[in-house]
Amino acid sequence: MQAVQEPGQGGREVRLASPGELREKLRSLVPPPLDPAVAEAVNAAIATWRHEPGGLMPLLHAVQDALGYVPPEALPVIAKALSLSRAEVHGVVSYYHHFKSSKPAAHRLELCRAEACQSMGADALLAHAETRLGCSLHGRSADGQVELEPVYCLGLCASAPSLMLDGQPQGRVTPERFDALLAEARAAKGAAA
Amino acid sequence: MSITIFVPRDAAALAVGADAVATAIVREAAARGIDITIKRNGSRGMFWLEPLVEVQTEAGRVAYGPVQASDVAALFDAEFQRGQIHPLSHGLTESLPWLARQQRLSFARIGVTDPLLLDDYRAHGGGEGLARALAIAPADIVQQVLDSGLRGRGGAAFPTGIKWRTVHDAPGPQKYIVCNADEGDSGSYSDRMVMEGDPFMLIEGMTIAGLAVGATQGYIYVRSEYPHAIAALEAAIGTARDAGWLGPDVLGSGRAFDLAVRKGAGSYVCGEETALLESLEGKRGIVRAKPPLPALQGLFGEPTVVNNVITLAAVPLILARGAAFYANYGQGRSRGTLPIQLAGNIRHGGLIELAFGVTLRELLFDWGGGSASGRPVKAVQVGGPLGAYVPESQWDLPLDYEAYAAVGAVLGHGGIVVHDDTADMARLARYAMEFCAVESCGKCTPCRIGSTRGVEVIDRLRTGEQRDKQASLLRDLCATMVDGSLCAMGGMTPFPVLSALKHYPQDFGLSA
Repeated sequence: MQAVQEPGQGGREVRLASPGELREKLRSLVPPPLDPAVAEAVNAAIATWRHEPGGLMPLLHAVQDALGYVPPEALPVIAKALSLSRAEVHGVVSYYHHFKSSKPAAHRLELCRAEACQSMGADALLAHAETRLGCSLHGRSADGQVELEPVYCLGLCASAPSLMLDGQPQGRVTPERFDALLAEARAAKGAAA
Repeated sequence: MSITIFVPRDAAALAVGADAVATAIVREAAARGIDITIKRNGSRGMFWLEPLVEVQTEAGRVAYGPVQASDVAALFDAEFQRGQIHPLSHGLTESLPWLARQQRLSFARIGVTDPLLLDDYRAHGGGEGLARALAIAPADIVQQVLDSGLRGRGGAAFPTGIKWRTVHDAPGPQKYIVCNADEGDSGSYSDRMVMEGDPFMLIEGMTIAGLAVGATQGYIYVRSEYPHAIAALEAAIGTARDAGWLGPDVLGSGRAFDLAVRKGAGSYVCGEETALLESLEGKRGIVRAKPPLPALQGLFGEPTVVNNVITLAAVPLILARGAAFYANYGQGRSRGTLPIQLAGNIRHGGLIELAFGVTLRELLFDWGGGSASGRPVKAVQVGGPLGAYVPESQWDLPLDYEAYAAVGAVLGHGGIVVHDDTADMARLARYAMEFCAVESCGKCTPCRIGSTRGVEVIDRLRTGEQRDKQASLLRDLCATMVDGSLCAMGGMTPFPVLSALKHYPQDFGLSA
């Protein structure tokens, strides 16, 4: 460790890093290796899509389909494989509502908020959902098991109000049917676990 | 002999329990020792009757609906498998007035066939258009489409033949056919029904487009909210490739055309063609300035046809039956048929394919049977979230691109959303601005900032703060958005807002 006397600083010591400390500091800037499960999903997606024109979108879908989200720590790896900047990949992930950057809850519940569903009581259904789950739109249920998101049209506009629960579209959703669907989904997950 | 029972696989049928019904029918038939075969068809488009189960009888297909799994035992008790009467039966499907009065050209097979069986497709006229296209010169295919009067069914209504001719004449080493299947408009589901109910028709239409303009690769950009459509397309493309319909040598012609499905990621503005192209290139779905036109510099900078699902789906029939046959439907400059989608607060909502010219009043009452709630119909939004609210005084206008444009409304993609008298039009106007703020790509200021300011102005209007001043401010803001936005997102969001303000001023606390 060297200490240098700065002129005119009233004798205050300014510490400079030693070469060893600098090396340590640089090392800490290198991201830690990816979690094996994440690495496997990301590498598989890269292998499939890296040479495909416009392959970033299907690549990100493949990662999210495998992991349920696109881990932020995977972005530099994806960027490097596609010869893009990290900013470009981050820009795409953050632009699209569908891509998630954090681990999803056990259940994903998307309520349609568009006009056709509004005409058939989507607002009342949302209020019911918020009460039942104990959270508001964009939030997670009190037990952390269900995330509640808006969706703008599922193409079930003559069977309104509609929702998508764990990837399955559901139509003509009354509060009673809402409760039944949710209970069924929770039971299915419980049985699987 | 095995009895054929049809249970739809359309997402709207699955969303109300069709899979459970199919399972229950198989189980019940086995328990009773009855030999049946389940066929998964598309939807007939009568959504209030879904799940609509049909039984093949000597007289024709007999309809039962809406069937729940718990009804199945009683249906067998009544011998529905022999077409017998039950409280849920509606008689012969083809004789139902709702269906019989339609002019189904693009939807002729949907609900009838198994969408994933190529043999079924061919047995119902599929493939004739492609065979004809392979027998004539590319320029003649373009001429057929031009002569048919077909215009873009995605909403912009641009003449399809002119777009194709531009791409045909453009030099380029690699041209593309892009199908816009990013059907994000509320009240619209005809694209979804085609993809799920007759995917080979779309594949055939895109192949014909490829032959016409000299493109060898096509992409179908489908929204991620349509998982069943994506699965159906993937399966159908695989089958078409195996059968030699797609690939390096289309039906032995020596000409190449292949297709890939690309999944969107929940961005509404990607339904705008240039944003869609950006997304297909793997970028943020940001709108491009035009020119250059996509027809000249589209996907990866190459000449590209971008057409909506319904536009491309109309092409096989135009080639098979001739341009004159198609142009014979419709009126004025709106030729052919429009698959109209009746949705929202309506008793009998569903898919109605008719020649242009029907009126909203006929659709709402003769077909739709009035509101689902039984209350008076107050407002009808035609053409999706960017379409105007059409008041009762305009319900007798013919559905026709020009007639609607003349009153400041649009037909758009043919989606019709019905609201009863409980609708608060100021709230719906606010929603239009809010939706624009959520979905704006952010490239141009009138859309990005204007939508947020729009929400604020409408909020002040609704709370009664200097109402007349706020109303004129809102009109001024809308004028800026209409004139200054780069694409229809910001440019048309004012349509629902201004029409609500004009026709329902009392909902904003203004005097009429």
